Amino acid sequence: MSDDAKQSAVRCTLNGRPRRDFVPDNMLLVDFLRETVGLTGTKIGCDGGECGCCTVLIDGEPRHACLTLAAVCDGAEIETIESLDTGGRLAAIQRGFNEKLGAQCGFCTPGMVMAAEGLLRENPNPTDDDIRAGLAANICRCTGYVKILEAVHFAADELAGRDKEAAA
Amino acid sequence: MNEIKKDVKPAKVIGVPRPLIDGPEKVSGKALYTADFIPYDHMVGRIFRSPVAHANIIEVDTSKAEALEGVLGVVTGDDCDEGFGVLPIARYEYPMARERVRYRGEPVAAVAAVDVETAQKALDLIEFKYEELPAYFTSEEAMAPDAVSLHEHREGNIERDVDYDLGDVDGGFADADLVLEREYNCAEICQVQSEPHAAIAEYDAERDYMTVRASTQVPFYVHLMLAKTLKMDQSRIRMIKPHIGGGFGCRTECLNVELICALLARKAKGTVRLVVNREETFITHRGRPETDVKLKVGMKKDGTITAVDCQAIQRGGAYGGYGIVTILYAGSLINGIYQLDAVRYNGLRVLTNTPPPGAMRGHGTVDVRYGFEAILDELSVELGLDPIEVRRRNLLKEPYETLNEMFINSYGLPEALDIVEKESGWKDKRGKPGKDGDGKYRGLGVGCAHYPCGASKPVNWTGEPHATVHLKLDWDASITVLTGAPEIGQGSSTMVAQCAAEVLGLDMTRFQVHSGDSKLVPKDNGAYSSRITYMVGNASIEAAQNLKTILVEAAAKKLDARPEDIECLGEVYRAASQDEGLTFEEVVMAALEGTGTITVKGNFDTLPESHGTKKFRGGAIGGSMAYAYAAEVVQVAVDPDTAEVEVEQVWVAQDVGRALNPLSVEGQIQGSVWMGMGQAFCEGTRFHNGLPITGNMLDYRVPSIVESPPIDTHIVESVDPNGPYGAKEAGETSLAAFIPAYTNAIADALGVRPIDLPVTPDRLMELIEARETEERVAAARDSSVAAE
Repeated sequence: MSDDAKQSAVRCTLNGRPRRDFVPDNMLLVDFLRETVGLTGTKIGCDGGECGCCTVLIDGEPRHACLTLAAVCDGAEIETIESLDTGGRLAAIQRGFNEKLGAQCGFCTPGMVMAAEGLLRENPNPTDDDIRAGLAANICRCTGYVKILEAVHFAADELAGRDKEAAA
Repeated sequence: MNEIKKDVKPAKVIGVPRPLIDGPEKVSGKALYTADFIPYDHMVGRIFRSPVAHANIIEVDTSKAEALEGVLGVVTGDDCDEGFGVLPIARYEYPMARERVRYRGEPVAAVAAVDVETAQKALDLIEFKYEELPAYFTSEEAMAPDAVSLHEHREGNIERDVDYDLGDVDGGFADADLVLEREYNCAEICQVQSEPHAAIAEYDAERDYMTVRASTQVPFYVHLMLAKTLKMDQSRIRMIKPHIGGGFGCRTECLNVELICALLARKAKGTVRLVVNREETFITHRGRPETDVKLKVGMKKDGTITAVDCQAIQRGGAYGGYGIVTILYAGSLINGIYQLDAVRYNGLRVLTNTPPPGAMRGHGTVDVRYGFEAILDELSVELGLDPIEVRRRNLLKEPYETLNEMFINSYGLPEALDIVEKESGWKDKRGKPGKDGDGKYRGLGVGCAHYPCGASKPVNWTGEPHATVHLKLDWDASITVLTGAPEIGQGSSTMVAQCAAEVLGLDMTRFQVHSGDSKLVPKDNGAYSSRITYMVGNASIEAAQNLKTILVEAAAKKLDARPEDIECLGEVYRAASQDEGLTFEEVVMAALEGTGTITVKGNFDTLPESHGTKKFRGGAIGGSMAYAYAAEVVQVAVDPDTAEVEVEQVWVAQDVGRALNPLSVEGQIQGSVWMGMGQAFCEGTRFHNGLPITGNMLDYRVPSIVESPPIDTHIVESVDPNGPYGAKEAGETSLAAFIPAYTNAIADALGVRPIDLPVTPDRLMELIEARETEERVAAARDSSVAAE
């Protein structure tokens, strides 16, 4: 049982807030986020590293929360989908997915959005091929990806202050 | 006092691209799916599954599991002797196996425990004793004369044998200038929807009351089956559908997951959360069955189709599910896309020791449509005709009644063909064999498809209308749409609100939609067969018209005018153009005077003539009020050394009647095209002695963003006479058209024609090598002849 497992102290920053927790050594980050903290925006879509639905940013890098132990996140900065909208406004990448219909059922969306957010921070002006490479680990079954590409371009344009109409 | 603006116009809602009404929740992680409900005191449910494919159950001993500390409930087949299933005539599947297990992974028992680890330990303590029986993993094995029957009431393992023979088929073949016969094997595929199945059941023992949340496309059918299997009064069950992570038909019928969860909750007297993993989701299956399609088609030199003879054999898995409908659809939907005067069909649905497939997107039609469009292409090429011209030659003229009594009232296929022909550069690019500068072979292929807009006769025929929508208007002047139509990501909630908003001339911001709580919303049959836009959209329009009548009367009374003189501008109601009128809020208050909160209702029913007759078996299946049409052209580039095929571009045009929300319609079409692509080039389940060996998303490969092509999407609006604002379905039709367009493109590129699905590189390489060998043999023969 998990309560018999060895526990570790984890100090991390989660969505901008410092935390200190004791977590079982075998606890996955995704279970920590969803069940211990209650951040259910991060989804579980597979049995480990297949679908990308659980993608979060760890120190700014997109990571599978289902392949990461919570215990190794000591000292890490973790960002989940719940951290993106600020001041009552959706982040550019979220607006892109909303307005361009990059999300249909929405289940892969949190992971897809976090992977795209990670990509845009590293490469603010991605080409289609850059986006394909950046989102290659995230499976969507609804959109055929066409509108996901548009969503990421929308966000990149908005962040760069480019005229949306001109870009379209 | 509200200010009245001078230039008020009714809001234009229909035909305007708009994001989904629940989009912001989805992109911000706030949308709650079933597994996101994690009450503190919940129990974890886990299923014990059969390790063998076919066996008599001798004993399921759960005593050790029950004795384990932390285990709060254990259930087995003994806890439920009521069968479930979507079709009233085929409810012989149990939530957990009784007497026999019939596929590997079939639920045998389940436990509820305080946590995952305890639940897992309890599963390990269950002792399952059985006596193995011969198991059949292919249709052919199951149909062998000496095969043991999986079910006593299904002699010879045939779930359904259906045939029809319409028109003069033999005469048609005699009239043909060319007759081809081909056999296509189409692999079984799965939906692989993003959200694995989940249920959470809360049993209130004090009241004997059950609340179930579940990932389902059909909350009403689940409700029915919960009542049946739990033997509970249906009034004591509340069924809630949270956000749903995709469907594509994987949950268009009640699954064992929801039922087992509820059985556990009742046994353990509390709340049980049963979230099955991805492998179990694959095992629960309900995808598209493996289908062997045998087709014979005759054609005249001018491209006219003279006769069609089709046989379809579907590997139906261990239980009925939707099977009978699938095999009937496969035959009935041969018709309704072209003018066909002679069609013969024989369909066999076979029971096998594999997980039961279901009603996957494009239900019934896809594999037969693939074969049909492929053979059409081959006939065209052999007769030296352009494949698009051949399709034009066989177009029907609406209004049209098919041989099997389907009524076609709107038909945008001609325009769809024109669009994809022009946009793809078909005339310049197709039929150009040979290698390009980059060493690749390129080709173009075309395919067409159609799909109904909901079955005119529902599987559970009760005499109620097909759809009912309630609109609730209260003092705050906002309108709540109450609908049972399950929003599963397809955008139905947005569509239902749009239909009502357009009638009332109001902006969408005045609307909110509640879908999927059986104690709040009117009953709805569910999200399947592309029924919602057509049926629920129409019901929403009628409800809004009823509300408008009330508002107009209230405005007339207030303005001392006659109702027929009231002009409704959405936010303003006035008696004459120079009149200042009343704001919407004022009209609402006037309408509420003396009556209070207003709730109106709108219904939709299908026309009786669309129900079909019983003149031939299965005649009532496949009948719909309308059919959507799609034409697609696919461009491929094939690497001759690796036989790898790249889809470089897709052009699709779909007749959706009217695009209520063009953004959403485009998304639906693109998703369909892409799902067809997965079936065409990589998807397929595999079993080893009944053990699923593709039960994860690495071994069951779906296309990633890397190999997903641009999809040039065009909307054709044929404006159906009975659709809501003329709309038809948007989310299924384009799937089937991709597959033949793809294989036809490969044939155009290489001169080698793929037959079986999926067209993997190794299969294609075999075909290429076989052709090379043939050519070498022929060349050797020629040279030896020359030497003599």
